[in-house]
Formats: sequence, C-alpha cells, structure tokens
Amino acid sequence: MATYILRRFGSILVIVFLASLIIFSITQFLPGDVAQLVLGQFATEEAIANLREEYGLNNPFYIQYLDWAVNFVQGDWGNSLVSRMPVFPMVMSRLRNSAMLAVVVLMLYVPFGILLGVLAALKRDKWPDQIITTISMMFVALPVFVSSLLLIPLFCHFLGWLPANSSILPDSTFGEALPYLILPAIAVALNSLGYVARMTRAGTIDVLRTDYVRAAYLKGLPRRQVLVRHALRNALLPTITIIAMDAGMMIGGMLVAEVVFGYPGLGRLLLYGMQNQDLPLIQACSMVAVALLCLANLIADLLYGLLNPRIRVK
Amino acid sequence: MTEMYRSQKSIDTDPILDVRNLTVTYRTGQGLVYTVRDVSLQIAAGEIYGLVGESGSGKSTLARAIVRYLADNGQINSGSIKLGNTDLLTLPMSKMQKIWGSRITMVHQDPAAAVNPSITIGEQIAEVARLHLHMSSSQAREKALEMLRKMRMPDPESVAKRYAHQLSGGMLQRVVIAIALTTNPELLIMDEPTTSLDVTTEAAILDLVRELLTEYNMAVLFITHNLGVVANICNRVGVMYAGEIMEEGTVRQVFNHKLHPYTRGLLGCLPKVTNDKRNVSLSAIPGFIPRMNHLPSGCIFGPRCKLVEDDCQAERPSQVEAEAGHFTACRRWEALQSNPDLLMDVQQVRDMDEHEEGPLVFTASNIKKYFDVTASGFDSLFKQSGTEIKAVDDVSVGVRGGFTLGVVGESGCGKTTFARCIAGLEEATSGKMELEGQLLPYTVAKRTSAQKKRIQMVFQNPDASLNPHYTIGDSVSRPFVLMGDLSKEEIQMRVKELFSAVNLPEDYINRLPHELSGGEKQRIAIARAMASEPTMILCDEPLSSLDVSVQAALINLLIKLQDSSKISYLFISHDLAAVRYISDWVAVMYLGRICEIGSSEDVFLPPYHPYTEALLSAIPVPDPDVQQERIRLEGNVPSPIDLPSGCRFHTRCPRKIGEICEAQEPPWQDVSDHHQICCHITLDELRTMQSEVIVGQADTLREVR
Repeated sequence: MATYILRRFGSILVIVFLASLIIFSITQFLPGDVAQLVLGQFATEEAIANLREEYGLNNPFYIQYLDWAVNFVQGDWGNSLVSRMPVFPMVMSRLRNSAMLAVVVLMLYVPFGILLGVLAALKRDKWPDQIITTISMMFVALPVFVSSLLLIPLFCHFLGWLPANSSILPDSTFGEALPYLILPAIAVALNSLGYVARMTRAGTIDVLRTDYVRAAYLKGLPRRQVLVRHALRNALLPTITIIAMDAGMMIGGMLVAEVVFGYPGLGRLLLYGMQNQDLPLIQACSMVAVALLCLANLIADLLYGLLNPRIRVK
Repeated sequence: MTEMYRSQKSIDTDPILDVRNLTVTYRTGQGLVYTVRDVSLQIAAGEIYGLVGESGSGKSTLARAIVRYLADNGQINSGSIKLGNTDLLTLPMSKMQKIWGSRITMVHQDPAAAVNPSITIGEQIAEVARLHLHMSSSQAREKALEMLRKMRMPDPESVAKRYAHQLSGGMLQRVVIAIALTTNPELLIMDEPTTSLDVTTEAAILDLVRELLTEYNMAVLFITHNLGVVANICNRVGVMYAGEIMEEGTVRQVFNHKLHPYTRGLLGCLPKVTNDKRNVSLSAIPGFIPRMNHLPSGCIFGPRCKLVEDDCQAERPSQVEAEAGHFTACRRWEALQSNPDLLMDVQQVRDMDEHEEGPLVFTASNIKKYFDVTASGFDSLFKQSGTEIKAVDDVSVGVRGGFTLGVVGESGCGKTTFARCIAGLEEATSGKMELEGQLLPYTVAKRTSAQKKRIQMVFQNPDASLNPHYTIGDSVSRPFVLMGDLSKEEIQMRVKELFSAVNLPEDYINRLPHELSGGEKQRIAIARAMASEPTMILCDEPLSSLDVSVQAALINLLIKLQDSSKISYLFISHDLAAVRYISDWVAVMYLGRICEIGSSEDVFLPPYHPYTEALLSAIPVPDPDVQQERIRLEGNVPSPIDLPSGCRFHTRCPRKIGEICEAQEPPWQDVSDHHQICCHITLDELRTMQSEVIVGQADTLREVR
C-alpha cells in the first residue's frame, strides 16, 4: 500500500512538472511585455530595458523556466506585479477560503446526490424517480453563472434569507463565513448534484439487478440491510469516480461563483491576476489548481480501493 | 459405483415440499403468459428431485414461484405450495422473508455472480448465522469456518478472509452451498448449480452435494438442463416442457423406460461417450418449444411428436401413473412401454468406406502463443519486467481432408487461443502452419484471399457473431460479394443453396438475426462459413450455448455437410461426448499443451493419460446404469503465468509417480500408430492400473472392437 501511494506521488510529480512547463510557456506567450506592464504606459525605453535585465527576461526560455521552477519549489512564488506583495501568502489565504467553500459544496452535493440517486433507483420508473431524474437533468444543464443569477433574487430579494454578496473579510473563521458560503456553494453544487444523482441511480439499478443482491434477499436479510450492506457499497463505486472526475468542474464552477458572489477565493484571485496580466499570480494559482486536481484523483482512487477489494493493492 | 449413493427411499413419507396445481403467469406486452401450468410435485426429506428441461421450459420460474420471489410482472394464479405444514401462499411477505435463508435456501447458477464482490467470504456466511441462528459475532465467525470445513475447503481460515475474486468458480460454488446449508434448511433449491463449471469441478461439487445429503436430511429441488447430471445425483426426476411436467418418476424408471416421447427425444439428442457418428445417428426433435403465448391445443408436445394422433390434439392429456410412482402425460404411453426402442437413436452403420483418410490438408507444428502481461500507463515507468501467459505452448496437430479433429480440455487450457491462432485472429508467437502444402502467415492481414477462403470459423455465441443490422441473407452473401467474381443472380442462387444445405427455409433470407432462435442463428453462422467453400472450418464450442435438442440437429448438420463436401473440422468443445461423437481424431489439452492425442476410439479406451482418465470419469453420463470410475482432481488449475515445472499436470495428477513428474517434461509414448500419450508412466503400467472408465451395462459395441 505504501509503495502504491509512493508510486502515485511519483506520477503526480511527473504530471505537475509537465503542467508547470505548459503553464509557464503559456504565460510567457501571453501578449504584452512584463516590464512594460510593471512600469506603465509612460515608462522610458531605458527603464524598461533595465527592468527586463533585472527580471531576467532576456535570458533564454529554459533558464527563465529553471529560475522560476527552482524558486517556486522553494516557496518563493515571486511578487505580484500589481500589488508588489509576495504571491505565496496571498494564494495561501485565498486557498483557505476556497477550501472552506469546497467543503460546503461537497457536503451539499455528495450526500444529497447519493440520496436522490438511491431513492430514484428504488422507485424506478415511478413518480419519485421521474421527478428526480428530470430535476437532476435540469441541474446538469444549468451553468453556474445562470444558477447563481437565479438563486440571488430568490434567496436574497424575495425570501431575504441569505446575503447576496459574499465578500467576507479574508481572515474570517469558518463559523463567521458560513452564512456567506451557502449561496455560492448551492450554485456550484447543483451542477455536480445532478451528475452524482444520475450516476448513483444508474449504479444502484445495475447492482439491484445482480445475482448477489437477489441472493442477499433470499438469505432472508431485511431490505435495509440488503441495500446498505450488499448493494450500496458496490453501487457507489461509479459515483466515486464521477466525484473525482468532477473535481475539475467543481474548481471551474467555484471560480465563477466566487466572481458572481464576490467571494475572496482562489478563483477570484486567478481572475484578478488574468485581468491584470499578473503573471506570477496566474502561474501560482494554476499550479495550485493542478496539484489539487491530482490530489483529488489520488484520494478518489484510494477510496475506490477501500470499497472495492478487487482492485485493492497489496 | 454411483449406485451406492442413490438412496432408494420411498416417496410416500410426508413430503417436505408439496406443490399442487401451480400456475404462474407473467403480464407482458402480449397479454398474460402462462409460464407454468398446473404443475404438481412433492419432495421428501433426503430426496433430490431433478427438474430437467430446456431453456424456456419454465423450470426457473417454478423455483422462483416456490420461494415467492417472482419478477414484478409475475404472479401465482392458482395452486398451493406447502413447506411441511406451512402454506406458503397464504403467508404475508414479512413471514415469507423469515423462511428465506432459514427454512428454504437457494444455490444459483453462476457462483461468481451470487457472491458479493466486496464482502469477505467468511462474513457472507456469518451474517446468515447471526440472522437466523441468533449467534453472536464470534460464534457466527466460528460457524462460518465450520461450514467451510464441511465443504472440504482447503485452508478455511484464509478463505474466510478472502473476497470472491480471489477464489475459483468451484470454490465459490462451495461457498454458496456453505451459505445455503448454514441454517440446516428443510428445502434446498439448486438452480443449475454446476452449469457454469468445468466437468471436473462439476463432478467434485456433485460428490459434495451427495455426501452432504447424508448429514443434512433435507429435500433438494435440483434444476438443470443436463440429463447426465440428473442421472448422476437425483433420486427422482420431473421432465418439464413448455411449463408442464411431461414425465415424472424415479431416475431409473424415467431413464430406463422413458414413457414420454419428449423424454425419449431429449435422450436421443445426446451423443453418448460410447457412441460415434459411425454407428449411431442422433435423432433430433423437430420443431421448437412453442411460444408461451401461442400454445398448441391438446398435448403441448403434439406438434413435435412423431407419435401424434388426432386425439392427442383434442384435449390436454392428463397424467397417468404407468407404474408405481411413475407418471407420464402421454396418451400413447403403452405404445412406448411395449417398444423401448421406439423414437430412440437409430443404430446404424454409416457407409464410411467413402470416408477414407484424405490427404493431410493442414498441419500446425510447435505453435506457441504467449501473451505479454505488461504494466501500462504510468506504472510502466516504474515497472520493467513483464510476465508472460503461455496460452498455447508447443502444440502440433495435423488435419486430413474430410476429417474432424476434436480438441477437448477445460476452460483456460488454450483450445480457443489455438483455434484463433490458426484462423489468424491471434498472431502466433512461433511455430509453423501449413495449409495444403503452403506456408500460412500468422495473421489474417498477411494471408492471401485464397488462404482466407480456405479457413473459416464458427464461433461459440451466434448472437455476437452475426451483425444485428444485416439480414441473415446479407450475412451469408457477404463472402460471395467479397470474392467479387459472381453476379447478383448467381449470389442469390448460392445463398439459396446454402440455406437449403443448412435446412433453413428460403423465406428466412430477409429476416434479421433477432427474429431467429439460437440454433437457427448458428446454422446461419455455419452457412456463412461454408460460403467460401473452405478446406477447414474451425468450430469453437459451436454447441455450448444451445439446448440439447438443437445441438443434435446441428451435429447432424455438420456431419451431413462433411459427408457431402469433404470439409475438415477442428471441433473445439468441453463436451467430451460430443467430441467423441463427431471427431475422428481427438486431442486432449491441459494448460496450453496437448497431453494425449489419437483416434477418438483409442483416446476413449485405456491406457489413458491420467488427465483424460479424470475428465472421462467426471462426465455426467445420462444413464443411471452406467458404471463410472470415480477419479477426482484435487486443487485448482494452476495459473498459466506460473506454470508447474516438469509435467504440467503433476500438481493435480492422481497417478503422480514421484519427483520425475516435477523435474522432467514427460516424453511422448506411442500406444499405436494413431494414439500417443505424453506421460512419465510407462504404457504397461498405465494399462495395469487403469480400467475402462465408463462401462455401460448393455455395452455390446465394445465386443465388436
């Protein structure tokens, strides 16, 4: 098991390395000159040339990459071109906020998605199933920016239950932030909820048809026990894969929701970086996102192995 | 030898299971379908009641009705089911659930599917003990071990901690039986419990069931399509056809007197290990099982019966007790009783003079096929060493014109891979293939179109080998179109000829595969293979997905086609009786190697290779009077990745002589010009230690030879 995780970490390192190459190249080829950006429109040619020299922008590409990568690994993620502040603490504080949002999103869609999926499977082709499948199809089709714009008037203006603006102080505790997290979390969760419900429904229907579930019923086990102990464990396997694969979607969705609700998370920081061509910020945020995706997949695979002895690694 | 296990208990003690006049229906798009009609049966404690029938006869529906676990659209319309003194049909479902797993338990067809893949084996037994025997967790764990021990499971402690995918099919079926017997039930229902297993495993499971029955005094309902298994293990038999029981009695009564034309038909369809195509022709039952929503009037077997009279079709015949305990639903049973050979196999000497040994048309020498099992994706960055599966390892055969080479062996022995190598579907790793003197390239892509025409293949599953969107006429005409030198009219003509050659009506030409029965589809597959006038057809288990009555017709068809067009067959099957019947020459394969090869008469007579001997002793022979040696193989087939040293069979060989078997590869020994055995034991020793494995009582054929 330990060697398996080690191997997986090895492959994650390879992926992160390749991603860093891509991210670094793309940011290099973005239009606009860094020195020009830093110094503004009215800088003299000489000042620009000096700054280019200072930033090492005249060096060949691979030297620039190596410099950047070595610094990056050491925790020196550079200074923001706009605010001149170090990027690392900035990204970390935003990452914490995004993590709080992600926790709420996961807590919303995973249990509810599974619950709805199982319910639909048990009431297959009857009215609860039809309602659930229709609604989850709607959710799947609903982009985050649309659902956000539908949720805000509903919960903020008509019902007045939740704040429309989630621009909390960057160092709020989870408890303080929670009321501001709910609406953006719902907006992100709806999409994934639809996927999870549909996948769980399909998985459960397949498993309910298997011989071993029939055998479990004919052992005389009560229905609840058959469902929970014999069916669900196997039925949830595809769901776990979907949740892991959905991590990328979720990060994307969170970016949109953070912008719409003004929530100070990683996504908004990335957008801010992009709008201002703040290259160190863009690089750092993208690298963090890549690493998170890899970790999410690793966790999903480990969880999968835990539930499925067939692929459990010895 | 089987005799001693067959209890002669009379059946007039109070039955455990008493089913009377049971009728089960399904609601379908075409209205109510009566799948089981007016069926009565009783099973006493200690008795194994065999329910035999072909697919669609309603036997599984009957089993599911007994436990009241029918599909949502199924319903019990009338009749009564009693378990002891409990009337099962009047129980509320909540009480019925308490009977499941405690008083009635079930064993299903596919053990790999019936065991939960993500719960340990021990826990799956223990949960029953906790639920029904009210044991504590530790007691239940102990009980699980005890049950595994009773199943003669090697190393029960470790098995209990394992998961389904870590056990073989035979071991899993033992686990399922262990679960079923934990609560010491009154009724055990076994639905095709050995169908998905290899013959040697099947024999071991049947032995186990028989032995356990002396300890557990329960009633067993044993559902199967295999008459051999019934003759082997059951006390009484009910022969079911299209939802009704046609004949019922003790095994001996039914198998020896066969007082229903359908029973005679079924037994006539079966090739016997003692017969071959030269002396007996199989009598297939004409027609099909009627659709349940279009039942014929009167006797439901009437339309397929050779003895049918007008009166048979007037009203449904009632069951007659022909002798004590022996019932038949045939009006003309007296005619059957007075003439035991009526409707049975025709003993005949085929004119085999014309069937002289032709020239050698195909040879394969030292064919090897190794599959690489290498790590893929990112893992390959960290792992270099690949392992090899030696699926076919140094196999050589020769096939003569108009000649059938049978290849037998259990699943995983490499027989299918071998055929695919010959067909060019798999690229052989090394070896040499020659077709009519020409060297044959390894893959189809490198063969000339003339070479491709000469070798054709018929696959196991006709559903998967016919394109569902092509009419069957298109499928058959496709080879002609590809060959390209025939006009449309000529193609049309040839297709019609082929249809008549495989006994299909011409108006089928525009049908789609799903409108055909399994047997008809396989005929189309054969017609398609015949289209290019091949030298050799590779038949890969062509019969195993079909019912016995259909199998017989196909065997007859294959033989007829061989007689008329002098095709050679490479006939692969795990069914030794079918191979014996159809083949001139037989090769026995084990773990990628041939261990015995010879003319089919010789291979089935001693001296045998010990593996052949074990296979023969495991065949369920559909005749209760046959004496069969009991040789059982221990353990599982070793993994082809990690092959045993020396003789590959030494890990399981009941006749192993010592270290030489582990250390050295066995030599080939010539028994005669046309019989060779690959074994360390000398032929003389084999002759002294072996006797004929299967001896029929009225075995007159032997004396001729």
